[in-house]
Amino acid sequence: MARSDVQLMLDVKAGDEQSFALLLHRYRSPLVNFLYRMVRNREQAEDLAQEVFLRVYRAREDYVPSAKFTTWLFRIATNLALNSVRDNRYQRMEISLDAPVTADAEDGGEKTMDVAEKHPNIEQHLIEKARSKMIRHAIEKLPEKQRAAVLLHKYQELDYGEISKILQCSESALKSLLFRAYETLRVELAPLVAQQLKQ
Amino acid sequence: MSCARMEGKILGYVDGRLKESERLEVEKHLGSCAACRLRANEFRAVSGLLDELPVIEPSAAFDLRVHARVAAEPVKQSWWAWFAPSPRVAFAASMLLLATVWLGLRPPDSSLSATDIDKINQDMPVLENYDVISDFAPLTELPPPLQADESTQQNQQM
Ligand SMILES: [Zn+2]
Repeated sequence: MARSDVQLMLDVKAGDEQSFALLLHRYRSPLVNFLYRMVRNREQAEDLAQEVFLRVYRAREDYVPSAKFTTWLFRIATNLALNSVRDNRYQRMEISLDAPVTADAEDGGEKTMDVAEKHPNIEQHLIEKARSKMIRHAIEKLPEKQRAAVLLHKYQELDYGEISKILQCSESALKSLLFRAYETLRVELAPLVAQQLKQ
Repeated sequence: MSCARMEGKILGYVDGRLKESERLEVEKHLGSCAACRLRANEFRAVSGLLDELPVIEPSAAFDLRVHARVAAEPVKQSWWAWFAPSPRVAFAASMLLLATVWLGLRPPDSSLSATDIDKINQDMPVLENYDVISDFAPLTELPPPLQADESTQQNQQM
């Protein structure tokens, strides 16, 4: 049976490098995707994810399994992401007020599997691309804390208790964050939502 | 239940995260409130749209970079480790000692006059010693510095 995250971390603490590689393998993709959605830049997301793993490694000696490993991991990631988003905003303000968000965010920077192959119909492909872009932009426009709440809730399948620990707020504050985020999303995505409801 | 209280429950209802008793309460409200019913359906639609976001794959170099950064971490040593013999320090110390001996035995470097040459001829035994030192077999048979490097790598892996 696969070792639990906590067991792997305890093995890392005991000096087992292989267990660290296993944790890396387990969480590289969830972390990079979470951070990418947070900072909207692929390269920066990877840098931050590396930083998260480095901090986990540095903290190994003092690791005590008091909380779920994912709570700890995403708390580090969320703090780094929120700081980075705030720094980016400050830098953007300094560079230019009307600069585009980032080139990366514009075209997604996603390595989509050969889309042309998946959709021989180019028109349908363009429609889906526009749709995907609209969804992405709606998430990106959310205030960063709401965005983090949505991402952790939707994609990481963490429960309210864990997410509120990660975001350092009460569960009711978290529920309110999520409610406001979904309210914004249903307005931003109104055409797609209406389409969805007709089906 | 009021519409205001629904705010904290509606997403949990859509995601199936509510306790049985809460779910029944919410359903009772939805049965009589068209506004909340619409909102629940729209939240469900939003949640479905979020499922469409593509997942990105970390770049090929990602793992290598993490491992490189971890390997570059300084090895934590306790204070008494300073007193433990380190191969690198021992090697450096012996090289320093050999260099000192060699420099001490080397004849002073200057332009030579006739009297100097006479003096050198008289001091021949010392020069013979110099030849012995420069061809000293143990100097060429010194272990290559590789050994020291290997031991530091082992430290980093610990
Ligand atoms: Zn209502």
